[in-house]
Amino acid sequence: MHPLFRSRQWFAVYLVAWLAVLDVALAALLHLPGALDWRESFALAVPLCLFFAFVCLTPWYMCRQLPLWSAGIAEMLSYHLGASVLATALWVALARLVGSALALGSRLDPEVPYLVTVGLLVYLLSVALHYMALAAGESRQAALDAREAELRALKAQINPHFLFNCLNSITALTTSDPGKAREMCIRLADFLRSTLGLGERASVAWHEELDLAQAYLDVEQVRYGSRLQVEMSVDEACADCLVPPLVLQPLIENAVKHGIATLVDGGIIQVHSRVLDGLLEVSVENGFDPESPSSRRNGLGLRNVRTRLERRFGGSARLKAGARENRFRAEFTVPCRRTE
Amino acid sequence: MNTPASLRAVIVDDEELARQLLREYLWEVGGVEVVAECGDGFDAVKSIGELKPDLVLLDVQMPKLDGFEVLELIQPSIPSGSPPAVIFVTAYDQYAMRAFEANAVDYLLKPFRLDRFKQALERARVRIGAPKPASAGLTPADLAAAARPPGQAIERIVVRDGAKVHIIPIAKLDYVEAQDDYAALHSEQKSYLKQQTITSLETQLDPQRFVRIHRSYIVNLERIARIEPYAKDSRVAVLRDGTQLPVSRSGYARLKTLLGENV
Repeated sequence: MHPLFRSRQWFAVYLVAWLAVLDVALAALLHLPGALDWRESFALAVPLCLFFAFVCLTPWYMCRQLPLWSAGIAEMLSYHLGASVLATALWVALARLVGSALALGSRLDPEVPYLVTVGLLVYLLSVALHYMALAAGESRQAALDAREAELRALKAQINPHFLFNCLNSITALTTSDPGKAREMCIRLADFLRSTLGLGERASVAWHEELDLAQAYLDVEQVRYGSRLQVEMSVDEACADCLVPPLVLQPLIENAVKHGIATLVDGGIIQVHSRVLDGLLEVSVENGFDPESPSSRRNGLGLRNVRTRLERRFGGSARLKAGARENRFRAEFTVPCRRTE
Repeated sequence: MNTPASLRAVIVDDEELARQLLREYLWEVGGVEVVAECGDGFDAVKSIGELKPDLVLLDVQMPKLDGFEVLELIQPSIPSGSPPAVIFVTAYDQYAMRAFEANAVDYLLKPFRLDRFKQALERARVRIGAPKPASAGLTPADLAAAARPPGQAIERIVVRDGAKVHIIPIAKLDYVEAQDDYAALHSEQKSYLKQQTITSLETQLDPQRFVRIHRSYIVNLERIARIEPYAKDSRVAVLRDGTQLPVSRSGYARLKTLLGENV
């Protein structure tokens, strides 16, 4: 469908432009040879403009079929010229029809060369404008794609210190508990594989996000032992909501790094998610030590999640995070969409 | 294993597996007795103060206090006592420079090989054999201040009081008073004595918030209620709680540049 049909507002503007501006211009042109008076010129111009307003939208379909640089010149010219001749022929036929209704008789004849010229030119002009619009759209899409790629690279970034600490844990386990060392390697591999895999996609189902968070927590569990406890309460209804990938894991990572890691006796990370009135509501809450030296560095991960949610859902995405006494809570709400 | 040459060591790391690895490596090398294992900064300061080990294996990121704050606080209160040799053990490589400037013996990046660990222990033995390092005369807090990257003000000050550790957030610090090689930190009607010169402390504080108004005083700008003339060419700063501090001529000039002419 032509993009103008998608917005009522812009379509109205387009029609008004035709009727107010081009209609007057055409009436003036028809009045020029002197055979028609103003009333007759307008009576002819209005239906002709309304008709051509729609005809001039049809090149959009053909322009998309014949992209500017990949289609052959001969092919492009023959199609567009053919179409312009056809459109003009229909236009002149309509003029004749309206002319006979207005009983203009042979007084219409001197207008025909004008009508043919204007019809051909306006149609070809609309072809050119459509090519321009398509090119502008493409370059905007290219910029969006570049930004998307950049974000994707950002979200797939794995904290290197997390990896080094994991490898250190594995080093410790190899002699004391080889079975557990192997288990840790597998958990780490699972986490890395899903991070890389999900990061490549534009959207993932919420249950995949939860699985990834769980894989991350499984690894951290080995490092922190009983200090790290997790409470997940997940409403089944949100399992298939679609979200941008890796929006939950950074929140969980913050909860571990700036929360659990600051507490000598550790604590519980509570993850809640549910669907209410078509909205997916997610919260991650954890204890932390407000006096800890590393408890105030939440910025980057949160900002990244916020940007990506806003890019996807616009103004309907909400993200809120903050500390109250010794609890930290991050929560976001986005529309629960189940199809792209 | 307890030969006369045996070293007494304390392991400080909040992860059990990391402590276990260090224990295992120490056992392999031999000649080192682990006298305590600590999982957070407070515990470390307390154990090291009580047990006076020869060697401390120290993580950087831990609950309560980070490794550098622990290093600052574990120095002996009597000048003749020799501080323990400290080997940092961490996954973060960006603190290495700071660690050596704060007089650490070595800096191990997790994970590390047994060979590398042996090498670090050798360096520690050499350091312990030659008690006074090159930087003798500077307090540990002075060293820690020098090791901090310039332009990065501290957010809190740690002070040891026997086995207790006080943490003073910068926002709650009213003023600092020099007392010989010590600095008396005044916060919420209490006073804490820290083994650090006022000049070294001045370099650590945010110059937009704290001003050296006198050879012996640094004040938190937000606490100043007014400046009053005192005698010819001298003034006093009156704080919101009524405390009066002397302002020297150069101190007054510094205040003027920060607060404008109308002080």
